[in-house]
Amino acid sequence: MSGSASDYWKANIRLVSILLAIWFVVSYLFGIILVDVLNQIQIGGVGLGFWFAQQGSIFTFLILIFVYAKKMNALDRKFNVHED
Amino acid sequence: MDLQTWIYVFVGGTFLLYIGIAVWARASTTGEFYVAGKGVHPVANGMATAADWMSAASFISMAGLIAFKGYDASVYLMGWTGGYVLLAMLLAPYLRKFGKFTVPEFIGERYYSQTARVVAVICLIVASITYVIGQMKGVGVAFGRFLEVDFEVGVLVGMSIVFIYAVLGGMKGITYTQIAQYCVLIFAYTIPAIFISLTLTGNPVPQLGLGSELADGSGYMLAKLDTVMMDLGFKAYTVQKGTSLNMVLLTLSLMIGTAGLPHVIIRFFTVPKVRDARASAGWALVFIAILYTTAPAVGSMARLNMINTVNGVDSQGTAYTDLPSWFKRWENTGLLAWYDHNGDGKVQHAAGSAFKGKPKFVANEDGSAKRGGYEERVVSNPSDGGRKEGAPFANEIYVDRDIMVLANPEIADLPFWVIALVAAGGLAAALSTAAGLLLAISSAISHDLLKGILRPDISEKQELLAGRIAMAGAIVVAGYLGMNPPGFAAQVVALAFGLAASSIFPALMMGIFYKKMNNTGAVAGMLAGLGSTLIYIFIYKGWFFIPETNNLANTADNWVMGIQPESFGAVGALINFVVAIVVSKVTAAPPEHIQHLVEDIRVPKGAGAASSH
Repeated sequence: MSGSASDYWKANIRLVSILLAIWFVVSYLFGIILVDVLNQIQIGGVGLGFWFAQQGSIFTFLILIFVYAKKMNALDRKFNVHED
Repeated sequence: MDLQTWIYVFVGGTFLLYIGIAVWARASTTGEFYVAGKGVHPVANGMATAADWMSAASFISMAGLIAFKGYDASVYLMGWTGGYVLLAMLLAPYLRKFGKFTVPEFIGERYYSQTARVVAVICLIVASITYVIGQMKGVGVAFGRFLEVDFEVGVLVGMSIVFIYAVLGGMKGITYTQIAQYCVLIFAYTIPAIFISLTLTGNPVPQLGLGSELADGSGYMLAKLDTVMMDLGFKAYTVQKGTSLNMVLLTLSLMIGTAGLPHVIIRFFTVPKVRDARASAGWALVFIAILYTTAPAVGSMARLNMINTVNGVDSQGTAYTDLPSWFKRWENTGLLAWYDHNGDGKVQHAAGSAFKGKPKFVANEDGSAKRGGYEERVVSNPSDGGRKEGAPFANEIYVDRDIMVLANPEIADLPFWVIALVAAGGLAAALSTAAGLLLAISSAISHDLLKGILRPDISEKQELLAGRIAMAGAIVVAGYLGMNPPGFAAQVVALAFGLAASSIFPALMMGIFYKKMNNTGAVAGMLAGLGSTLIYIFIYKGWFFIPETNNLANTADNWVMGIQPESFGAVGALINFVVAIVVSKVTAAPPEHIQHLVEDIRVPKGAGAASSH
């Protein structure tokens, strides 16, 4: 793998690692493991942990995928590996 | 117009639409048949993926699961959506860059091994067939409930419709029908939810209604539901009942199972570019999230509505003769049942079982339902009628979970056309998923087994014909199994996810992210992951699902560290990863051209149109 190709791959892995860390935190940590602690905080009539488990994690997943798509498209251009 | 006419209009109208699309979107090349010519817009593909993914189970059963399990059902909400994050970041763009037609084709080429390809084909067919049985059953049930035709007739009609558009149009026809089916099912799901949220909380957005105060001024909806349920002897709705470890593993198994299901993955082969594959996963999740974030509101509000209707204003029960007509209508379908344990003529709902297992209804000699003193259906297996600890009275009703979505519009007293829309929506959900699965099966047979292994010399025309014949054959098999479901039908969904999670996902991911993974490592990993998952499931559910052959009773006390068989896919995947890496370290590295192939799929540049070889 040439220098710029391996830099591109490293940048990709770094981005995915950060996004998957957030993916883990909102679902497994906030939604399950820390649910009782977070439920002490109420937003409207819903405990925060319960909200993350049933809605918040899904909204976060959505943001993560679109951020990924946008950042990767930028990386593609930066390293000149984009299509067309 | 009466209800029956409305249903015929909606169901008939949507079916005509699907057939019209099939005629318009005929496939004339294998590229169109397998991957819709790779010309589908990412947003359109996202919508089709959403319909492909959301099955009869998502549409009919999930809100019911949430209604009865409360917080613990969050695992399904997170598990069946979080998989798309993995799909978008770890698989879809790279597999699209690879540019072939099927999942086993990637595994076969990346691991330079026909054995690996055959193992992948077998995993794919087992996972997809088990899934499709459930969809065909769903079609039969929906027809039976709403159109009052025989179950078998319902399955036959569903088979014929899928036959027309899937055999004619292949992936191209399926894609455009799925887009139409998504529109039907999402309207059918959200319109009743909006009405119910509006009535109960005054907020028309169900996602916000979940956290709103009740319109009658009795406080927050969820807090009220918790109180009402605890008063009846249930555990609070929002409180965790299972162990955290099991919930984490179940969520993880569902996520990586979702990302590894071939019929979902192949949808990302249909978009023109690598960057479209990335965005398309996001769009798919947008369309899925509309339903999945509505479901928690539907589940909790339906539960509250049902308790209030049955137990009445004074919470002491409602006289059977005073209950609204939906109760009797669904009692006639066998999804609701009542036994008057305390003999007061009132229907009461609390914790505990009113019957021994599912209610058994008594029939008259002429086959009609036997009626009791209040015109209720007579059942032969009431429980002892004991009051459960913490409950104010004995539970007297049986409620099937599926009723929560199907009867929701009636419970909320919505107009007939909404009920008809729900019928059409349930059918759309089942048919769209069935079509996607059938395509995955037929392409594995005609492209991987026939063209790839048995007869590489056949022409494209012959392969296209073989694809159509395989599709027709798969529909017949699925229909037959839908009508005569094997005893284990209910168990196999766990198997489908376990298979995908423990075999397909790790093989694909390591194929992309671990350049040095070789064929021996990958095959050993797949077999180890698959084997350990199957063994764990069989120990508790019976060997090959044959009743009474299980070694241990399937109860929480017997599970290793409290891990239920459905949650084991994540552990199987871990075993797969470890075995594959260890084996590949001690065997020869993959040949040079394979390492180049991996480098090539890691960059988007040069992703051309689809090629068959």
